[in-house]
Amino acid sequence: MQGLIGRKLGMTQTFTEGDFLVPVTVVQAGPCVISQIKTEESDGYDAIQIGFETRKDKHSNKAEQGHFAKAGVGVAKTLKEIRVDDPSKYKLGQTLNVESFAAGEKADVTAVSKGKGFSGVIKRWNFSGGPGGHGSHLHRGPGSIGMAASPSRVIKGKKMPGQYGNVKKTVTNLEIIKVVADQNILLIKGAVPGANGSIVFIRKSERTAG
Amino acid sequence: MHRISAIEAGHLRADLPEFGPGDTVKVHYRVVEGSRERTQLFQGVVIGRQNGGIRETFTVRKVSFGVGVERIFPVHSPKISKIEVVSRGKVRRAKLYYLRDKVGKQARIKEKR
Repeated sequence: MQGLIGRKLGMTQTFTEGDFLVPVTVVQAGPCVISQIKTEESDGYDAIQIGFETRKDKHSNKAEQGHFAKAGVGVAKTLKEIRVDDPSKYKLGQTLNVESFAAGEKADVTAVSKGKGFSGVIKRWNFSGGPGGHGSHLHRGPGSIGMAASPSRVIKGKKMPGQYGNVKKTVTNLEIIKVVADQNILLIKGAVPGANGSIVFIRKSERTAG
Repeated sequence: MHRISAIEAGHLRADLPEFGPGDTVKVHYRVVEGSRERTQLFQGVVIGRQNGGIRETFTVRKVSFGVGVERIFPVHSPKISKIEVVSRGKVRRAKLYYLRDKVGKQARIKEKR
């Protein structure tokens, strides 16, 4: 088992074993159901499709209801596909929960970050800005964006104002501080992308060796 | 938000006495030195409590060899083995930061009757 879909509930702090106070993000992770199993023979690759939270029937169409009926589960609100090595280990309709994670393990968390709209270079790229007053007209602008007649164009990748946030972001190597199995809650050290209440995807870290 | 409070509730300490600004307290704090663990005492006046829930802290001020020393403790820290209330002070505000500018007789706090 590699990953779970969840919902970010918010942040708080908690005391660890060594009595240190650490910042944690509280994530409701799972329970997720396996709604489809893909195999090398039928689909060309091995994967499982997991669903999180159920929709009312009036919020889904016949095609969706049929797909989930095959696995014998309700229509999920969120779906995610996870590549696995051996799909025969999983059963259709099987429930995956937080018990697949343990305290002390490292996790990667993927989510859509908070949107910040069209932002200037100070917020978006941490430019330092101009002196402001005392005869300076440079306040929050980017300053020079390049050279003159040669090359007479702006270098590609130049940091400029634009849409900031509201993109899929992954934060890697976050330690799992605690697993609350009866409430399906994970306490993950540090911050994860997205607003409170948004959907996050948690998987065992691929960065950690072994 | 209530689900987060539920997570915090497990770590909140109910075994500590009630105390507030103006009270003189003795804080028994466990300190690890290498492999040995011992209890450190810090006695002084509580000059305020900050934040809430698991993040709540309190500031203790004492004057040591003529130098003011302030220490901030998390209220719910497992490292606090005991808090003794030495005396209750009668004060009219929540934060006693004015004590920093007072010395000697002016820095006294009336005891609650």
